[in-house]
Amino acid sequence: MAAEPTAAPATPSDSTNHGLRVVVAWIVLSAIATPLVAVFVGHLVPPGNGSTQGTEQVFDNTWMLSVVTPVICLLAVFFVYGLRSFHAADGAILDGPPLRNDSRIQILWIVGTSVTVLFLAGFGTYELLQNGAGGGQGPDPIAVPAGSKLQVQVIGQQWQFTYRYPALHGLESNQLVLPENTDVELHVTSLDVIHSFWAYELGVKADANPGVDNIAFVKTKGPETFHVRCAELCGLWHGYMYNNGRVVSPSQFRSWATQQEKLYASIAPFMNKSAADGGAPYARTYLPLPSERAG
Amino acid sequence: MTAVAAPPPRPLWRRLLGFNLLTAVLLGVGGWYVGWFGAHAISAASIGYFADTDYNELSVYLAYIGGVVGFLVGLGFLNYPLARMRGYPPSLREKETHGWTRYFSLCTDHKVVGIQYLWGIGLFFFIGGLNAMLIRTELLRPNHQVFPAGTYLTIVGMHGTMMMGMMTSGILGPFANYLVPIMIGARRMAFPRIEALTFWLLMAAGAILTTTIFFGGFPTGWTGYAPLSNEANPGMDNYIIFFALVGISMTLLGLNMIATILTMRAPGLSWTRLPIFVWGVLSTAVLMVLAAPVLIAALGMETLDRTAQTTFFVAAGGGSSYLYQNLFWVFGHPEVYILALPGFAIVLELLPVFSRKPLWGYRLAVGGLLGVSLLSWFVWQHHLFVSGINGDLRPFYMLSTELISIPTGFTFLCGMMTIWRGNIRFTVPMLFCLAWFFNFLIGGLSGVFLSDVPSDVTTHGSFFSMAHFHYTIMGGLVFTFFAAIYYWVPKMTGWELNERLGKVHFWTMFVFFNSTFFPLFIAGFEGQPRRVVTYSAHLQFLNDWVSVSAFLLGISMLVFLFNLVWSLAFVKKPAEANPWSSRSIEFQLPSPVPVHNFDRIPVFSSDPYGYGEGPVPTWVAPAGAPAGRE
Amino acid sequence: MRPGVKLLLVAAALTAAGVVIGFYVSNLTSLAGSPTYTPPVANASSGHPVVNLQIETVAAVGPKLSPNPDWVSYLIKNGGQWQRKTVWDLPAHATVHVTIYNFDGASGLRNPYLARPQGMVGNRILVDGKPTEAIDPNDASHTFAVPALGLILAIPGVPDDAKNPCGYAPCPMANDHRTIKFTFHTTTPGHYRWQCFVPCAAGWIDGFGGPMQTIGYMDGFLNVKA
Repeated sequence: MAAEPTAAPATPSDSTNHGLRVVVAWIVLSAIATPLVAVFVGHLVPPGNGSTQGTEQVFDNTWMLSVVTPVICLLAVFFVYGLRSFHAADGAILDGPPLRNDSRIQILWIVGTSVTVLFLAGFGTYELLQNGAGGGQGPDPIAVPAGSKLQVQVIGQQWQFTYRYPALHGLESNQLVLPENTDVELHVTSLDVIHSFWAYELGVKADANPGVDNIAFVKTKGPETFHVRCAELCGLWHGYMYNNGRVVSPSQFRSWATQQEKLYASIAPFMNKSAADGGAPYARTYLPLPSERAG
Repeated sequence: MTAVAAPPPRPLWRRLLGFNLLTAVLLGVGGWYVGWFGAHAISAASIGYFADTDYNELSVYLAYIGGVVGFLVGLGFLNYPLARMRGYPPSLREKETHGWTRYFSLCTDHKVVGIQYLWGIGLFFFIGGLNAMLIRTELLRPNHQVFPAGTYLTIVGMHGTMMMGMMTSGILGPFANYLVPIMIGARRMAFPRIEALTFWLLMAAGAILTTTIFFGGFPTGWTGYAPLSNEANPGMDNYIIFFALVGISMTLLGLNMIATILTMRAPGLSWTRLPIFVWGVLSTAVLMVLAAPVLIAALGMETLDRTAQTTFFVAAGGGSSYLYQNLFWVFGHPEVYILALPGFAIVLELLPVFSRKPLWGYRLAVGGLLGVSLLSWFVWQHHLFVSGINGDLRPFYMLSTELISIPTGFTFLCGMMTIWRGNIRFTVPMLFCLAWFFNFLIGGLSGVFLSDVPSDVTTHGSFFSMAHFHYTIMGGLVFTFFAAIYYWVPKMTGWELNERLGKVHFWTMFVFFNSTFFPLFIAGFEGQPRRVVTYSAHLQFLNDWVSVSAFLLGISMLVFLFNLVWSLAFVKKPAEANPWSSRSIEFQLPSPVPVHNFDRIPVFSSDPYGYGEGPVPTWVAPAGAPAGRE
Repeated sequence: MRPGVKLLLVAAALTAAGVVIGFYVSNLTSLAGSPTYTPPVANASSGHPVVNLQIETVAAVGPKLSPNPDWVSYLIKNGGQWQRKTVWDLPAHATVHVTIYNFDGASGLRNPYLARPQGMVGNRILVDGKPTEAIDPNDASHTFAVPALGLILAIPGVPDDAKNPCGYAPCPMANDHRTIKFTFHTTTPGHYRWQCFVPCAAGWIDGFGGPMQTIGYMDGFLNVKA
């Protein structure tokens, strides 16, 4: 093993243009693979078609897959070709050609990666600014859909989400029910530690921080059931902090609201008391006393 | 320099007395109780710790501080300063003798510290891995089964914290400490005692984190987000002390590396002749020195929140939960590059040896390492894309995060062009390096999805991001860690590792690593969040597949362990001085490297990558030349 | 060193590692593992199984029942004894009659929404014999909530000026207490977690540390079995 290497051959023993072969194979493979990935894999990428934001995320993910595919193809072609062609014979320790640099390849590579990266960043920014892409934007959102919106507050606490509807006289429920084809403005806040509201099928995720009004927008589509999970570790029952939500027709939404208002009529007087009296008038954020102690 | 004559052997019991690990553990336990009772004397009359409803956090902190101080005193870290105060002359070296006992005491020989690091970190790496097995056992079924919900979170937190804290020094600890002085032609690190201190601090930290299970564990995962950490059990204090000690150790390790590389290079070793591994160590060390203090500051605030009821992170008291998130990720994102960069460097260091070609594009490779190092400071808020902090800064962080793929691409280009038209030998270290390309490509490309806000909305906090960082850290760091082990351990110990077992280890690890983590991308896309004990029933097949693969991955690690024990303890086949026919300077020295490295300080005339450019230069100055500076 | 000695050393190291790992894993499995209570099941004429649960909530669990004597806790009556068991085996599709004796004072709800009893038969509870559809959020001492069953109810606390409060468990019925009765139905088999939503863990920030995050005190499971 440790034998001194024999002297390097002065020139590569073969004059094959390996570079050209790799480039041609890469271009052919990419040209085949990229459309296939975009068409057949793209639509499988979550979160699916549950909301306008979800659809746009799928579109965005499909584009990124399409950009990523040629990169994978390049590496695949390079390594399959390179490792097959350039391996040493068993036991032989022969020096290769002492190639130390080629500024043309460097420049080509730097320009290629830069253009790809800038395109991805620009594309992502454009998608983000369209309508916020379903992400929590904080109290002063920059990407706000035009038109009227249904406000719903999401309150996280250890360990449940509840939902308040200022449009329904501050009704609070543990069910998230939304009317179809409606722009919804979600105000996410927390009563204790950090939670994260993740409505998977709607493509919405927004952290719930105590004392913070984190706004996210979503435009619902047709009727469906969606899953809500907490996506930020929040303690013992974090793994059990989930429930289902529904998107329903406007008439079903009205009858649901009537039924809920009836159910919660008995605590309505308390809800609208001042916070000092134990009530909770509709507010964007809540700041419970930090070290409230039991009696 | 002549070899030190071995002192006459003393009986074993006599060797157990004195400043060594045994004394350190005893004094550590003693110091723990001193701190414990001391704190109770200050803040509560009761010594029955659990009798207090308000946990006496102060006593936990003081107990562990007392324990660490006792541990260090027992190792003998105070001997030298005290001797100096009493007027004894300065000395640079301690315990640089032969014999196995030096591995269990304070030793300032950088090679001994390197080997101590290798075994010490390896031990905690296996504890972290055991926790991973427990996680996968729990996730065999969609509902809870083996571990209660709270314990599951502790296991997840222990796994993440142990791996992140310990493996941060996974390459700088063993390999940089061992190799950097040799590669730059020095006989020691700039601060040998500090070098030993970084190792023993890390061991104390690891022991402290492991004992968290006796204090109720901690529910926060490795991120330790406040205010959840404010209300957690005293096991949280173990997490805080662990990470603070790791932070101190990292800072000192980084400072030591920077000082050594800047000031102790041998004549002729200009910046363009420095081995790329040393460049990687330097760029990592800079990150360590600048990032870790931010973490220590955040943990200090958290300590005050927990002991003195301040409200740094409590919104109702005027603090902010964002403050901790910001501070943590200002540390945390450079931290993940601290994990990744040494891997880049090892790949670039090993590829020329096994392709027998010079490193292609040396300056570009250096630029890539430094570029990643620089850019990693401008990306931390991509962890907070959906948190509602600075919604209008998201396009900037999206851009800065994606820009990192440009310098990372330099590493790929330089590595690929080094292989190109070479004479590749598929040795075990080379296989691990080639696997790095595959793993880091997948890890990096999935990172592009996470850096893109619209995509991040779905993937953030899901198993997708978990799979992503396992591909970059396990696929990037741990694979190169093993490459380094197979490449350098024969040099460090003087004994060969079994190559056949090494190949079995590589192929099982590579296959089951991918079989474990690739399906988790799908699980994340399907909506499975991280760190949950329950998941949708339809994901059970995927999770079972992953669990079985993870167990097989664990067995692959046992193959490695067997190889290590078998080769180093039983077969003991002496390694040749230069088993890989490398041109690097450490392989021009005997195996194992003598205590004082070089008889003469070498004079460098080229970089170590001149394959195909003539015979290996005679770096080691001929005998009879004047001895170099100490 | 002779190979035999080496082998012996390796075997000893392996055994030691096995013991340490075993200790570690068994420590983790038992850390918060809670003993299970299986109540007697009666079969009513309707064909549905019927279960009676008697529960007590106490401000301090006392040194007899826990290493953390000051912790707030739920207790369950098993054969005349109050026990600290919060994992309960229940039959599926059963009618469960629950009586809760609360010996703790009020600390108030953080989310007043929880003051509305819901998910039990008739969406109302009996507080000291009186049918109640809402309690004052300020009066809440604890809640008993099984989110997956939609079962939520707040338990009013003993007034602050009570003459004969209970120090620590087990609390005799002679001490001041509130009695809450309700009936609910279990559904399909599964593990249903239950918890308290009142920030009642004294001394922790947000009142949600210690007993609130430890199974066996203010959290538990309903193991509904077929």
